[in-house]
Amino acid sequence: MKKNTKINVKDLNLWYGEKQALHNLDVKLYENKITALIGPSGCGKSTFLRCLNRMNDLVDSAKIEGNVIIDGKNIYDKDVDEVSVRKRVGMVFQQPNPFPKSIYENIAYAPLKHGIVKKGSECDDLVEESLHGAGIWDEVKDSLKEPATGLSGGQQQRICIARTIAVKPDIILMDEPTSALDPISTEKIEALMLELKKKYTIVTVTHNMQQAARIADMTAFFHLGKLIEYDETETIFVNPKEKKTEDYITGRFG
Amino acid sequence: MSKEMNPFYDPSLKKRHLKDKLFKYFTISSLSISLIFLAIFLGDMIIKGSSAIQQTYIQVEVSYNEKSKKSYRKAVERKYINLLSRAALREIPMKMKNNPSLMGTKKLVWMLADDQVDMYMKEYYYKIKSRDLKTLKALIGDSRVEKKFNTIFFTHGDSKTPEYSGILSAMVGTILTLIVAMAVAFPIGVATAVYLEEFSSHGKWSQFLEVNINNLAAIPSILFGLLGLAIFINLFGFPRSSALVGGLTLALMTLPIIVVSSRAALRSVPASIRQAGYGLGLTKVQVVKDHVLPLAFPGIMTGSIIGLAQAMGETAPLIIVGMIAFIPDSPSSIMDAATVMPAQIFTWAGMPERAYIERTAAGILVLLTVLISLNALAVILRKKFEVKW
Ligand SMILES: Nc1ncnc2c1ncn2[C@@H]1O[C@H](COP(=O)(O)OP(=O)(O)OP(=O)(O)O)[C@@H](O)[C@H]1O
Ligand SMILES: [Mg+2]
Repeated sequence: MKKNTKINVKDLNLWYGEKQALHNLDVKLYENKITALIGPSGCGKSTFLRCLNRMNDLVDSAKIEGNVIIDGKNIYDKDVDEVSVRKRVGMVFQQPNPFPKSIYENIAYAPLKHGIVKKGSECDDLVEESLHGAGIWDEVKDSLKEPATGLSGGQQQRICIARTIAVKPDIILMDEPTSALDPISTEKIEALMLELKKKYTIVTVTHNMQQAARIADMTAFFHLGKLIEYDETETIFVNPKEKKTEDYITGRFG
Repeated sequence: MSKEMNPFYDPSLKKRHLKDKLFKYFTISSLSISLIFLAIFLGDMIIKGSSAIQQTYIQVEVSYNEKSKKSYRKAVERKYINLLSRAALREIPMKMKNNPSLMGTKKLVWMLADDQVDMYMKEYYYKIKSRDLKTLKALIGDSRVEKKFNTIFFTHGDSKTPEYSGILSAMVGTILTLIVAMAVAFPIGVATAVYLEEFSSHGKWSQFLEVNINNLAAIPSILFGLLGLAIFINLFGFPRSSALVGGLTLALMTLPIIVVSSRAALRSVPASIRQAGYGLGLTKVQVVKDHVLPLAFPGIMTGSIIGLAQAMGETAPLIIVGMIAFIPDSPSSIMDAATVMPAQIFTWAGMPERAYIERTAAGILVLLTVLISLNALAVILRKKFEVKW
């Protein structure tokens, strides 16, 4: 497998108040690959994910040390603005969270604000392109003016993905994007992720071992805020080096 | 059914049902008590105030000539003078000045009756000299005395003659005062709430602010009046009794209500909406202005209207800043001396004439009508702008 480093995490530590949630993480995430983060509840997967687009800046008690180098630049450097980081590192959440506005406005709002497109046909094109990209265009093309909150959970989640790619990021972070969805919607999102990785670097959290095995190129196993093992997905599932990893993926704890 | 037959048999069932029932009756009876009090109060006001809807008029011949232009007492037959409203008579020369073609004519006119005549017609206690009473009875016999809809109450300000006094100038005063209060309190209150909820770091400092805002809400309103007097009148030199000073004073009082309710509204906006926004690389201003505030808007409006309604009923602080003056003419700007509805009601309630009691009740009814409309508006706004999830 040919691997280009996209995100280079170096000696990352994070504290919520007094409590340390991430310990000395060192990991390289690769371009145009899907990296799955697995591990028992509370081990710090979401926390780590939020470090990659500085969403933890919004948590008052969080204190971060170390480097997250994206395309050769540490995003925690003083001369980097967290808002511009998030424009390039998009995020999809566990619960679909469309804005309570129309489908069109959901997609168009951020690109218009960022000045990626102008109002009018240029913006219409981007909305269509993004909905195509998220594989939901055919389902909603006649109801763009309808509220996005009226869609099913799976459709809402794909609207959220469309909204994310409309900003034209390089990296998409997904925090358990299918855990609130039914199997059919899940399948659609998984297929979509495989499609999206051709253009984007994807980091996803999942509690579903089969899902990680199905779609991830790389898998990282976390436990108690530490990175226990990180390797190609096949190696992790077939031939893990650590006893803990094996116990977890075979369902002996977690 | 026996224990054996019913697998769901529960020996404590009867006791539980009894408890449920008792609790339900307890809540219902509390509700009834408050409803009964409300009904008694409203009923009393409606009974006392409803007679103010009508006012007595007497048909007399008015002669418009040089004499009556000089002295209104010459405008009607002498025996009628005591039966008619002084204030209405006094307007005759003015009318002639405005309409010179009247000069030299005589006309049958329905003139406003004196308040004692009105009391007589409404079968309340009255004080009329026996000679005048005879004249009045003769007039009634000729059907020249009638009760008509009391437009004066809604088109005039306060007056020293009760039959000529109305709620209009107090209503205008209230509206001007509330406009000032809202124009000041709404933007400041909402901005404060946005700062506390969205920008401050929820640490010691914001806790300190929160405690103080809650304290502010609990301060007796009369102290705000003293503050308004000291700052707006004595320090800034704004005109006493004006809607400007009254409005600013009420703004101080309404501010904490708006801050607290706006904060609650902002807090009820799900965190996922903010995360969605930040995850797209939006700035704080974009997230708050375009996504959080619109969702919080119904709650903010509801809180503000309730604050407004409360400010409308407030009397003590306004009395201190002088808004209890005798105001016959509606104020035309926020700098003019004005009074407000509750203060007007307070003034009338202290008057000895029976006719003012009637007006007190009618004034209360008007005040309550406006209050209920405001609260209804709050409900409608909330329903209308509520976002469906
Ligand atoms: N905002 C916060 N403030 C304080 N502690 C937090 C905060 N968020 C997470 N934590 C703590 O940090 C640890 C890691 O949490 P995190 O949400 O990253 O776990 P996770 O691996 O995503 O779990 P799950 O699989 O249940 O989502 C937990 O112990 C959690 O209690
Ligand atoms: Mg998580």
